[in-house]
Amino acid sequence: MPQEYKLLLKHADADGYSNDLECYERNGGYAALRQALAIAPAGDTTPQAQLRKSVLDSGLRGRGGAGFSCGLKWSFVRHPNPKPVYLICNADESEPGTFKDRQIIYKDPHQLIEGMIISCWANHVNLAYIYIRGEFTEGAKILNTALAEARAKGYLGKNILGSGHDLEIHVHRGAGAYICGEETGLIESLEGKRAYPRIKPPYFPAALGLYMCPTIVNNVETLCNVKHIVEMGAEPFAKLGTPNNTGTRLVSLSGDVKNPGYFEIETGKVTLGELIQNENFGGGLREGRTLQAIIPGGSSSKVLKAGETFKVGETEIDLLDVPYDFDTLMKIGTMSGSGAIIVIDDSRDIVECLANLAEFYAHESCGQCTPCREGSLWMNKALHRMTHGDARAEDADYLKHIAHNIQGRTICAFGEACAWPVLSFVEKFRDEFEAKAK
Amino acid sequence: MPFTPTEKLSTEVAELITHYPEGESRSASLMVLHAIQDEAGYISAEAMQWAAAEIGVKPMHLYELVTFYPMLREEPPGKFVLKVCRTLSCAMAGGTELHKNICNKLKLDPNAHGLQTTEDGKFSIEFAECLASCGTGPVMMCNNDFHEAVTEEKSNEILGSCE
Ligand SMILES: Cc1cc2nc3c(=O)[nH]c(=O)nc-3n(C[C@H](O)[C@H](O)[C@H](O)COP(=O)(O)O)c2cc1C
Ligand code: SF4
Ligand code: FES
Repeated sequence: MPQEYKLLLKHADADGYSNDLECYERNGGYAALRQALAIAPAGDTTPQAQLRKSVLDSGLRGRGGAGFSCGLKWSFVRHPNPKPVYLICNADESEPGTFKDRQIIYKDPHQLIEGMIISCWANHVNLAYIYIRGEFTEGAKILNTALAEARAKGYLGKNILGSGHDLEIHVHRGAGAYICGEETGLIESLEGKRAYPRIKPPYFPAALGLYMCPTIVNNVETLCNVKHIVEMGAEPFAKLGTPNNTGTRLVSLSGDVKNPGYFEIETGKVTLGELIQNENFGGGLREGRTLQAIIPGGSSSKVLKAGETFKVGETEIDLLDVPYDFDTLMKIGTMSGSGAIIVIDDSRDIVECLANLAEFYAHESCGQCTPCREGSLWMNKALHRMTHGDARAEDADYLKHIAHNIQGRTICAFGEACAWPVLSFVEKFRDEFEAKAK
Repeated sequence: MPFTPTEKLSTEVAELITHYPEGESRSASLMVLHAIQDEAGYISAEAMQWAAAEIGVKPMHLYELVTFYPMLREEPPGKFVLKVCRTLSCAMAGGTELHKNICNKLKLDPNAHGLQTTEDGKFSIEFAECLASCGTGPVMMCNNDFHEAVTEEKSNEILGSCE
């Protein structure tokens, strides 16, 4: 029977566990930080370089959406650097379907802070920010309280734990704009501007990030993992999950299942079907319902249709047998994105589902790029029309045409994020879209 | 009428500016606007002028934020601001009906997605995009409090407890 594997969520929901420092320390908290600070130089290799190597060797991939190697991202920053290096924790959690980072922020904030302190130490960072979505008012308070506790204990501030390293972390609140989750939009927002994403190149955060200085942006879950890599060692960490898809993943499961919720799994050790049907996870669809579609990695990922089969390696496998990891989902033409699975059963009007998402993207486009600003609005208008009794025979092609004119022609990946759902829904459910015009 | 900040607000704003490096006080803008709105419920033109001087930016630099970020408001809202999640997982769990029911109860337009306020100024309601609680939809917020799996009965209780 497939099981949860609790690494990051080991304590969060445990009986009697609270989000204060005393409880965190009682459960072994901040031991990994002491361990990291105690690493001795090995020949020419600094303790920090050893830590960075360890994160690289662990195979840790970013949990915010793109699944990029964390160690590789860190390696893009040169040391010693003539400019200050900044680290930002992306706690914007706004990809529709995703509700995992908040579990840590609200219930186990010190885990994040410890992960951040270690990451800052490893990357020679003296000033870091947690960019948290504006609606998490309580979350911001919890983090501020936790930061104050950590400061009082000497985990933050001048000369942390006698290491000679100074570090300050501040909470910065967003204000309801999805585009602040995009790392360069986030940086603009943190600079006190509208969250207009920057064009890459040249504005790769590792070179020209916050205040035009090298900046590392990592998701909450990614930074928490750093603490566990230190605690366990890179090699044992890499044994969790599957090759190239190491560690655990926090999966947010919502939509038409009996038991929606968040689950931590070893990456790739549980299949999509098990996540949806198994008693330990989604518990199956409601009585009498059958599966219609799965959105596998947040609203921006390409939809999967019930009954689809894929060729993975030598074998043909059913959609439900796809292991939930980074690589397999990419191979089958979609992505595991933010780890958010939305299940859609046969009672749903699939065109309405897409119309709902199209409204989201029309609302959230920052408006800098014409294809995205106009295209997301046109797609939304067409879908609104189609779901309000005024569909036309050519609408399916019209939607695809607009989406094709967005993807690849914009400053940031929001262009793809709004085009992909439309392209995949229309392609896989063409009959339903055409039926609207009849 | 010029804006007179409370002492608490002045202290808070001064503290916020210290969170950013020398010469980068503009970074504090969003946090300062939050601080103003948390206290006053909205951000007036006068408040922006005051805050701009404190931060050392032009009022325009704050106005462009107030007109960009959905959470920031130029007008006073009702005493209780209800945000109902509109996005897919919540819509599938009954978010659309929840919004409609509350609007009907408050004699507001169930088809409007933006912010609307009751005549007595007690309630404002608007749709919000995914509030990151999709597993327990439909989700709504009442001021800063999250409410999950909100049935009609539960929404009555929430509204009833607003005094
Ligand atoms: C439109 C858009 C929205 C995004 N929203 C988020 C978000 O809410 N949270 C997040 O961690 N990453 C988000 N990302 C990904 C970030 O840009 C960035 O890749 C990530 O924070 C890097 O952290 P990681 O390497 O640890 O995953 C978003 C990306 C795009 C294009
Ligand atoms: S792609 Fe869309 S969201 Fe991204 S910068 Fe362009 S207009 Fe803004
Ligand atoms: S869809 Fe409503 S909280 Fe995510």
